[in-house]
Amino acid sequence: MGRYILKRFWHGIIVIFGVTVFVFVITRMVGDPVKVMLPLEATIEQRAAFEKQLGLDRPIWVQFIDFMTDMAGLDFGNSLWQHRPAMTIVLEKLPYTLVLAFLGIGLAFALSIPLGIIASLRPGGISDRSTVFISLIGLSVPQFWLGLLLIVVFAVQLRWLPTSGIDTPAHIILPAVTMALPALARLVMIVRSAMIDELNQQYVKTCTAKGLPFYRVVGVHALRNASLPVVTLCGWELIRAVAGYSVVVETVFAWPGLGLTAMQAIEREDLILLQAIVFSVALIVVVINILMDFVYTLIDPRLKLA
Amino acid sequence: MESASEKIWKTTWQERLQKLRRLSLELWRDKAGFTGMLLIFALLFMALAAPLLAPHHPAEQDLMARLKPPAWSAGGSWNHILGTDHLGRDVLSRVIYGSRVSLIVGVAVVLSAGLFGTVLGLIAGYFRGRADSFIMRWIDTQVAFPGLLLALIILAVIGPSLITVILVLSLNGWMVYGRMTRSAVLSVRETAYVEAAEVLGCNSRRVIFRHILPNLTSPLLTLAILEFARIVLAEAALSFLGLGIQPPATSWGLDVAAGKDYMFRAWWLVTFPGIAISITVLAINLVASWMRLISDPQEREKQFARQMAARLRRSKAKEAAQP
Repeated sequence: MGRYILKRFWHGIIVIFGVTVFVFVITRMVGDPVKVMLPLEATIEQRAAFEKQLGLDRPIWVQFIDFMTDMAGLDFGNSLWQHRPAMTIVLEKLPYTLVLAFLGIGLAFALSIPLGIIASLRPGGISDRSTVFISLIGLSVPQFWLGLLLIVVFAVQLRWLPTSGIDTPAHIILPAVTMALPALARLVMIVRSAMIDELNQQYVKTCTAKGLPFYRVVGVHALRNASLPVVTLCGWELIRAVAGYSVVVETVFAWPGLGLTAMQAIEREDLILLQAIVFSVALIVVVINILMDFVYTLIDPRLKLA
Repeated sequence: MESASEKIWKTTWQERLQKLRRLSLELWRDKAGFTGMLLIFALLFMALAAPLLAPHHPAEQDLMARLKPPAWSAGGSWNHILGTDHLGRDVLSRVIYGSRVSLIVGVAVVLSAGLFGTVLGLIAGYFRGRADSFIMRWIDTQVAFPGLLLALIILAVIGPSLITVILVLSLNGWMVYGRMTRSAVLSVRETAYVEAAEVLGCNSRRVIFRHILPNLTSPLLTLAILEFARIVLAEAALSFLGLGIQPPATSWGLDVAAGKDYMFRAWWLVTFPGIAISITVLAINLVASWMRLISDPQEREKQFARQMAARLRRSKAKEAAQP
């Protein structure tokens, strides 16, 4: 167990290192940060001063070591746009992204289990086929468009919910639903297929023959064995929600999390803030990955030995 | 007189035709997959024949006819069937031309990412050892990257264009092919015919490409089609965010983003490109799920059993109907 966890931590460190090297190579070697961040009409003296300020006039390997030590200390420098430490901005925006991601994926998880079980009870039946078809539609609708549709229907036509922003608790409903629906479609498919596999196993017949009530056979015995792939996918969805969908959903609903901030940083050509966001999100992804491994050992004690 | 090799070629050609016929019969039986395939062909036709089908040029502006609603609602005209946008451009023409970008990006990304991932997966699975552990560690590390955010950094530094979008999406999507190819190669590698080919003295390139790769075609094809659907959505999302296709080019995602500002006055601007994306992706997903069914031997067995059961029931019913 201890060795396994150690290995996962080591892998996490490699991932963080990889992300850091990648960001360095892209921003300093492929692109020219001065060209990206300064306006076209900047004079040569201004450019030189800016290079000096960022330390870009030194040899590349000195820059690299400097960059790595800064990242290790979570010190990214001042945001060019807001003139305050980039890390402060990240810490300010992070809770919004996490709340939205956890709420959205939690909603998808909670709904996917009953829907998937109902579909799996009679494979090929009417409830199964309609679930599969609706999930396929859910997989095919682009998330940003779904968000806009929800705004038009529930905010503009019906006037039940606010369009965008964060003024009241009701403001989180539409973004969370938009976050949840594509994940729900994928999760339902996985719950369904995992449950179908489990319900065909011999132990299910044994349980039924011993006289266990049907709901216990399905809801306790089969569900627990089917939960490993479901939890795996759930972790993936959480990672995708934080590191990908947040950008789209937060842009549509003007939700002030990391995703929207990343888009604003790109618009204002603030590479320093963008770097800080990417690095922090990579850190969160690694942490979620390690947490997922703990959850696996809770579900399947056999994994503890590995 | 025909030479022997010509004869062989001819029979295999006929066999192929027969196989194709059997396959299309199976497709016809799966109505959802058939509809999906039909839609994909219609889409391909739309993209290829865009200049013939579109009533206007997609960039043609008509400032006198700005924000005209679709033909069937009040104030619309048949000149612009799906209405016009804020610059008076024809929405239908833009939707038709937009299919080109989606298909180009989808095909380019699937080909490049698929090729790269498959080759690396073949190398890892066939040679194993150090190459395998290096490639697999690379894949594991990259899978754990926050893909979209790294794409944002690349796009912010290099600047968005059709080529960068293809590059970024390929860079992000090759790992699935690598993983799947490797695991499939590992299982095929131990079979007798691969061993036989090796004993006969085939070099590793020949073994990999002539004896192992053909066995991976159907899972790889299914994966490629699923990935295609994902890429179409990803391109639309990037273009929506303003980091994908740049105007004056047309893309469905770009049109949704442009229509967003007029959403409350002109619903058709957001609606039609969005529907186009959804239908495209749905069609691809339907075909992919059909392909997964027919390439899975277990599923085929089930299907066969179901057909037998249905036939049995029918004959029983006929017996019962006869006095």
